[in-house]
Amino acid sequence: MDELLKKQLQITACKVRMGIIEGVYNAKSGHPGGSLSIADTLTYLYFAKMNVYPDNPKLPERDRFVLSKGHTAPALYSVLANRGFFPVDELKTLRHIGARLQGHPDMKHIPGVDMSTGSLGQGISAACGMALSAKLSSDTYKVYAILGDGEIEEGQVWEAAMFAAHNKLDNLVAVVDNNGLQIDGKISDVCSPYPITDKFAAFGWHVITMDAHDFDSIEKAFNEAETVVNQPVVIVQTSTKGKGVSFMENQVSWHGTAPNAEQYEQAMSELRAQLAELEAN
Amino acid sequence: MADLVKKATRESYGEALAELGDKYENLYVLDADLAGATKTGIFKKKFPDRHIDCGIAEANMMGIAAGLSTTGKIPFASSFAMFAAGRAYEIVRNSIGYPHLNVKIGATHAGISVGEDGASHQCNEDIALMRTIPGMTVINPADDVEARAAVEAAILHDGPVYIRFGRLAVPIFHDKTTYKFEIGKGEQLTDGSDVTIIATGLMVYEAIKAAEELKNDGISARVINIHTIKPLDKELVVKAAKETGLIVTAEEHSIIGGLGSAVCDAVCEECPVKVVKIGVNDVFGHSGPAADLLKEFGLCSENIVATVKKALAEK
Repeated sequence: MDELLKKQLQITACKVRMGIIEGVYNAKSGHPGGSLSIADTLTYLYFAKMNVYPDNPKLPERDRFVLSKGHTAPALYSVLANRGFFPVDELKTLRHIGARLQGHPDMKHIPGVDMSTGSLGQGISAACGMALSAKLSSDTYKVYAILGDGEIEEGQVWEAAMFAAHNKLDNLVAVVDNNGLQIDGKISDVCSPYPITDKFAAFGWHVITMDAHDFDSIEKAFNEAETVVNQPVVIVQTSTKGKGVSFMENQVSWHGTAPNAEQYEQAMSELRAQLAELEAN
Repeated sequence: MADLVKKATRESYGEALAELGDKYENLYVLDADLAGATKTGIFKKKFPDRHIDCGIAEANMMGIAAGLSTTGKIPFASSFAMFAAGRAYEIVRNSIGYPHLNVKIGATHAGISVGEDGASHQCNEDIALMRTIPGMTVINPADDVEARAAVEAAILHDGPVYIRFGRLAVPIFHDKTTYKFEIGKGEQLTDGSDVTIIATGLMVYEAIKAAEELKNDGISARVINIHTIKPLDKELVVKAAKETGLIVTAEEHSIIGGLGSAVCDAVCEECPVKVVKIGVNDVFGHSGPAADLLKEFGLCSENIVATVKKALAEK
């Protein structure tokens, strides 16, 4: 990846992480761990990959994004705000009464949200429907979706996986965020969905793996995805839950817990330091 | 009464889709391996490129329909009521209802008249399930003419619509040349002053027959067809409550949560009168010929007549 672009994306991703912490802290609830693990991928998609139009969010030719792991809405909201869909300051209203920023993505009220999600396993089906629609009408937009690794324990995901392969939805790229943790513990202990790559391959998908926190790896994966024809693509990303905030990393307890004032200060100070370092070099 | 031509509303559904496919180019039909039974195969034959078979995966089918609708297409997701409303309930609620997407659900084989397949396939709970979803329109047509009209009305309506169709051939009593269908508007079929029979689906014709028989016994029964259970035509129902003082509801559905409950909700607020509900009495069905099951479960004009007489005696 171009070094300048990489630096810009790293800076943006750091701001996206700050927005996640800001939102969850002000909401006094929400899901920071899985939001932080997808921050880099979302930043890449919205700042380097997808055709999106913040001033005209529903433009028919836009690329679509579905956050199938809808509980990590703080990440989606932060990336949308940083991309200009709505003010960054609005992130502080997350989950507040009267706010647009609902606990889970709400397509009816939040600019840039292409599908309402939150109940796991459902977003991927809607993404398949959008991709199928493009095929039926010879539209050229692409559809991206992010699923959790715990989420793929839902049976509907595999109904959708079968459907996407059967219908040769090569305009669909699904990312599985393999941070290894779900609410009740390690995914390998709760009800293991492993081997994830083999399962998708067996369902007829083109499988790519990537490091979720390395923009070179991310770019390579999404570029490869574009070369695939007649098959849907899944990118299984190895990620760190809580990435970027030291005390949240790889801690299942940060799946759905908001930081208190002290923890908020620590998290923000770590992220500010990361940002300063990136901007200094 | 003269013998009327009979047709199952599932056939009306499939034929209407095929007819309307020319007029509405953004109409798409989804199935879950039941195109033959839901009669959407008729549409598939005419518009193979606009028919999507999702396989035996109703949850995913509802999500596919949701995704299609976000791009301006109008999908009819079709399956048996048991699977469309039952199995896929939460997907309908969260992926279609919550974002108020323009998805139409064509649910066939509703009620006990599924017959021989038995209780596992006799969905007597779908109206209850669907009417709890905010913004969901719930329609239960009574015959071929009404079913066809309902399909086009659903296409023209912006928002999610659940339409319930039957497997059993039922008399066509509406005149297609004059019938006007409007979502949310009930149809008063006969005037009457002693009692109002409010019916839906295949029970409407049974109510008409019951009213004729009651007339022979000097009882004046008003018959109202409520094809749209949600939004309910409260005005018509409350007017009937005020003017006749007694309501008997009749539906091929559980007495819990269906038409009878919707009518009770309306009258208890605005004009509390006695409401007697005829429906499936909180039990599962079983296998048997549809006509025999309808009689056994009291979903027939004879039971309406008896219920009305009993209620009037207690009035």
